[in-house]
Amino acid sequence: MTRCRIFISVICAALSLTAMHAQAVQLDEAAAAGTAADASGDRVDVQGILFGHINDSYWWHVTDIGDKSIVIPLPVILHSRATGWHCFMSTRLEDGGRYRGFYVAGEGKYADKIVEEAPDGTQIRPFDISVTKNVFALMLNSALLVVLVLCCARWYRRHDAAEEAPTGIAGILEPVIIMVNDDVIKDAIGKDYRRYSPYLLTVFFFILVNNLMGIVPFFPGGANVTGNIAITFVLAMCTFIAVNVFGNRHYWKDILWPDVPLWLKVPLPVMPLIEIFGIFTKPLSLMVRLFANIMAGHAIILSLVCIVFITAKLGPVMNGSMTLIAVLFGVFMDFLELLVAFIQAYIFTMLSAVFIGLSRQEAE
Amino acid sequence: MPDSGLLFWMTVIFAVVFGLLAKFGFPVITEMVESRTRRINESLRLAREADDRIAALAKEQERIIAETRKEQDRILKDAALARENMIAQAKAQAADEAEKILNEARTHIEAEKESAIKEIRGQVAMLSVKIAEKILRRELSDDNAQMAFIDRMLDEVSRTDPERRS
Repeated sequence: MTRCRIFISVICAALSLTAMHAQAVQLDEAAAAGTAADASGDRVDVQGILFGHINDSYWWHVTDIGDKSIVIPLPVILHSRATGWHCFMSTRLEDGGRYRGFYVAGEGKYADKIVEEAPDGTQIRPFDISVTKNVFALMLNSALLVVLVLCCARWYRRHDAAEEAPTGIAGILEPVIIMVNDDVIKDAIGKDYRRYSPYLLTVFFFILVNNLMGIVPFFPGGANVTGNIAITFVLAMCTFIAVNVFGNRHYWKDILWPDVPLWLKVPLPVMPLIEIFGIFTKPLSLMVRLFANIMAGHAIILSLVCIVFITAKLGPVMNGSMTLIAVLFGVFMDFLELLVAFIQAYIFTMLSAVFIGLSRQEAE
Repeated sequence: MPDSGLLFWMTVIFAVVFGLLAKFGFPVITEMVESRTRRINESLRLAREADDRIAALAKEQERIIAETRKEQDRILKDAALARENMIAQAKAQAADEAEKILNEARTHIEAEKESAIKEIRGQVAMLSVKIAEKILRRELSDDNAQMAFIDRMLDEVSRTDPERRS
């Protein structure tokens, strides 16, 4: 009975997610049609919608009500070599506006980025640490994560966990924390896992929360945070540091002088070179896997939703049937993305733990 | 290429999140969970030990009961034996006593008889003497010679008497 109810509510959630995606895309499309004024008239600019969503932006376009678009303005923080620091709201640059010599480049090398015009007319990209849509989403998600985990920790501080079962947030988070801590971290790292478990747990929940928030189609979710290579780069970098800075002597010996026949390393250090290459490919694979999976998930869901609008011109029968198919596939993809959100967080954590475990291995 | 602004913010935010969670978040939770795990394991171990102890106690109890029963049997058997002994002893003692009393009575009777016989003999002697005196007063002049003669005669009589009795 309960299971059935949960199942139904999950389906409802997925359906509503898809419906909201559709709405979001419709609004995006309307906005795109309004601003870009496509040359081909009423053609749906799927690529524009996709990249408009996947790429970063200086605004957070929430929705449109009638002709009025609701946009959350975000702070722009720039350092120009010529004029120093600048800090203003992105509303100043809306609709191709210029402010203090800065504007959003339309095309070219710096498309959709803030540039300033050099005296000779070329575009110069200032040092840009603006709080963009992704940064803002990152902040919101991180705040959510911190609040959740600290609430959970507070429960443990206020209660005796040995005497009563955890309730509320602690009850939700505890099984996941135990699973990651015991099954992934402890198994992969071994005896000094305690040192790494806060980092790995942070990584797991950071990725999980950002992934899940990315699936939510409306504000404050929907930003493509973990599907952005800068985010995954930093995460992979942290693992790279954790592996290589705290690696023991046995780890470095295995890299520089591995247990292979002598001719593989003496005249020409083939194996050591391959091993050194491996140091960098491991975090690289972490980075690309997470980025590609999440970005592809966003792109597929958006494409499916776009089908509804692309087929609008093909008549009501075609549009209706295609809409049905697109919605069904959308539901399926939303389920899949929920799974992927978890699996990618899990894999990133597990592989990081395995790499750390390898760097802490003692010689037999 | 990763965007430098995003890279910067991601580094800052992740560092802050990591710092907060690694200091105030996860260690608290994992420690509590681990202490609970330890406690549960400890409780399970104690429960197992208590079970073992109870089983051992039950076995001990059984052993004690069996032992007690055996003891009881032994005591009952001993008591029966003692009773038999006592009765037998009492019987033997009573028999002895009776024997002794009988013997005493017998010797007593014997002695009484002996003394009675002696007395009778004396009496008889005296009577005989008196009779003989009375008879022979006139005839016998010397008492002593007469007495010796009479004694000798009586001895002869009493010597022949027991022969006749037996």
